[in-house]
Amino acid sequence: MYQAFLIKYGEIGIKGKNRYLFEDALVEQIRFALESVDGSFKVSKEQGRIYVEALSDYDYDQTVQSLTRVFGIVGVCPLIQMEDQGYEKLLEDVIAHLKSEYSEEFTFKVDARRARKNYPMTSMDINVAIGEGVLNAFPKAKVDVHHPEIRVHIEIRNKINLYSVIIPGPGGMPVGTNGKAMLLLSGGIDSPVAGYMIAKRGVTLEATYFHAPPYTSERAKQKVIDLAKIVARYSGPIRLNVVNFTEIQLYIYEQCPHEELTIIMRRYMMKIAEAFANEGKSLGLITGESIGQVASQTMQSLAATNEVCTMPVYRPLIGFDKTDIIKIAEQIETYETSILPFEDCCTIFVAKHPVTKPNMNIIKRSERKLEEKIDEMMKRAIDTVEVVQVKA
Amino acid sequence: MQELYFDYSATTPCDRAVLEEMNRFFNVEFGNPSSLHQKGMLAEVAIKTATSAIAKTLRVNEKEIIFTSGGTESDNLALFGVARRNRRRGNHLITTKIEHPAILSSMKALEEEGFEVTYLDVDENGVVLLDQLRYSLKPETILVSIMHVNNEIGSIQPIEDAAKMIHQFHPDICFHVDAIQSYGKLELYPKKMGIDLLSVSGHKIYGPKGIGFLYVNERVKIQPIIFGGGQQRQLRSGTENVPGIVGIGAAATIASAHLQTNYQSMVERQTQLLEGLKSFDGVQVHGSMESRSPYILSVSFEGIRSEVLLHALEEKGVYVSAGSACASNKPQISPVLRAIKATKEQLTTTIRFSMGTQTTADCVDQVIEILKDIVPMLRKFTRK
Repeated sequence: MYQAFLIKYGEIGIKGKNRYLFEDALVEQIRFALESVDGSFKVSKEQGRIYVEALSDYDYDQTVQSLTRVFGIVGVCPLIQMEDQGYEKLLEDVIAHLKSEYSEEFTFKVDARRARKNYPMTSMDINVAIGEGVLNAFPKAKVDVHHPEIRVHIEIRNKINLYSVIIPGPGGMPVGTNGKAMLLLSGGIDSPVAGYMIAKRGVTLEATYFHAPPYTSERAKQKVIDLAKIVARYSGPIRLNVVNFTEIQLYIYEQCPHEELTIIMRRYMMKIAEAFANEGKSLGLITGESIGQVASQTMQSLAATNEVCTMPVYRPLIGFDKTDIIKIAEQIETYETSILPFEDCCTIFVAKHPVTKPNMNIIKRSERKLEEKIDEMMKRAIDTVEVVQVKA
Repeated sequence: MQELYFDYSATTPCDRAVLEEMNRFFNVEFGNPSSLHQKGMLAEVAIKTATSAIAKTLRVNEKEIIFTSGGTESDNLALFGVARRNRRRGNHLITTKIEHPAILSSMKALEEEGFEVTYLDVDENGVVLLDQLRYSLKPETILVSIMHVNNEIGSIQPIEDAAKMIHQFHPDICFHVDAIQSYGKLELYPKKMGIDLLSVSGHKIYGPKGIGFLYVNERVKIQPIIFGGGQQRQLRSGTENVPGIVGIGAAATIASAHLQTNYQSMVERQTQLLEGLKSFDGVQVHGSMESRSPYILSVSFEGIRSEVLLHALEEKGVYVSAGSACASNKPQISPVLRAIKATKEQLTTTIRFSMGTQTTADCVDQVIEILKDIVPMLRKFTRK
């Protein structure tokens, strides 16, 4: 049983003088991720390394799963840590470790690093000596310095670290190191993936969902909360704004040409989301749009919806095919929830032939018909928002 | 906001008196009826009391009641148990196109086991065509399953006539009736009516969920679908759900005692509801009054998608079903509405009001008022 993990992180390592900020954020995210795991842990930062030590019995699989969801981690190494009790003892421990983890036949390479320079052997000496010792103990094993099946990592520090497995993590940057953004979350496949991808760059998420009762059901809303919960496994807690959009939708439906409904609706959704973003000090909006996927995501339509925002709009899926988006959705486990069929009530509003190349002047002329009540309706939608604090 | 529950055919609240009777069987008289000691015996006695109460409501023998986990299991046991056991006599089964999925899905599975199934049509009122039944019976027929009251539109099937026809053709053909929407609401005496097997569910009659029973006439040959310790005369293994059985026994007794008065008040409510609906344009009631249970009213509001109306009513505290509750979480068209040849418009605009003992005249008045409020508003925003 492993009592500790060595956490490998990628990009953070090259962040120069800000490095400690990123490392501290990663330590905090790791602590947060481990909160839901059975067991107690100590997370520490020493000499440019992050260690997770188990202080009690713990669930190994749960721990690994939680750690491999933390953005910023590129690898999780189950670690054997020992005091320096001489070279003979080290060799003994290496052999015991290999015996417990692998069968008799394998190719390997020893990769020693001597950070504590007063150790009597050099890194090369250790590589050679341990390699020989392993070959003696495992007659069927072979050395392969280019493509070994097992890399035996030995790090000589104050203590000695021994590990041979690196479980890949998601990469990216720790959440909390790159500000906050507002995700427009629907119940579909794309928006949760978009949120995931931006969170992966270290961005804290907030989200806005547009609810249209009685045209969309309580179950549809619950589905969005469930999706936010799944995204929160990676991103940490999400503040979800549930906006009642029915009144605005019906007003547009009454006043504007039907084929422009979706575009105009989306423009108001962006405006409302931006209002919440400003309020919560978000620095941008996130959508799951991808060029040409539907009528409202043509270049012209995107330009029309983009035009109402002053904030940057991040569209991480913009160049993705649907099948590629689905792959990520499956991998982050939002797909099953996304495809639950609760949304079709809204279809009465969708035009059979919506505009695909909206002309900005025409759209604006149509929107003038909303002048009488729209400001007051937007204010009401914002004032009556229901806030759901979503945790994984 | 006051809740106006009009979805009693989906489920009912558990009656307070029923709950009280059940209570001590969870933690005081918690014995396993199969145990030899006194605790076990007390549980066994409780089951016997409940069985006898139920048997009395149906005027059948106690030995003819098998407890199950609910309506679906009762239906499964009846169909698989009888079909498999009597396979040597023949492989033909008959049912209708408007049965509950518990029947239709079981029939589909039996087809895969090699049985041939005839699905009878219904008329526009949702009543099975007896002539078709007559022509469908053949020497290989071993089982006919027809529901008593349809769960979506409330149509009552001519059970006695069907039973006569079936048993005149051959006395050994088993006649199963899914009575989940009628037990405790309409008179049901299997022996008098010629019913060989009868499915009942607890939570439709103010009992708990997770309990039901199947009446099986003594002379019916049936085999189990669940195997284990051999409880309930080998026919349904598994430690009996003692609190559930006590609950359904109590619920059955109460329902049976008030059957007539409840029926009368439901007829009044339904008439009142129909009267109220007359003030709306574009409203179509499914099925005719003569052959419909007064507990269920299926009605289509032209131009309003059923789910939209359901959620709009929900906002005012009114709970109804869109089509059938079991089918409404999948976006699919109801086979029942299709079978009664509903128009394309009606297929997507039908909702079901189902009433129960707590539905007062005032509840119905309020619902009508609420409908008057929201229907014109919803119709304003229909698909262009």
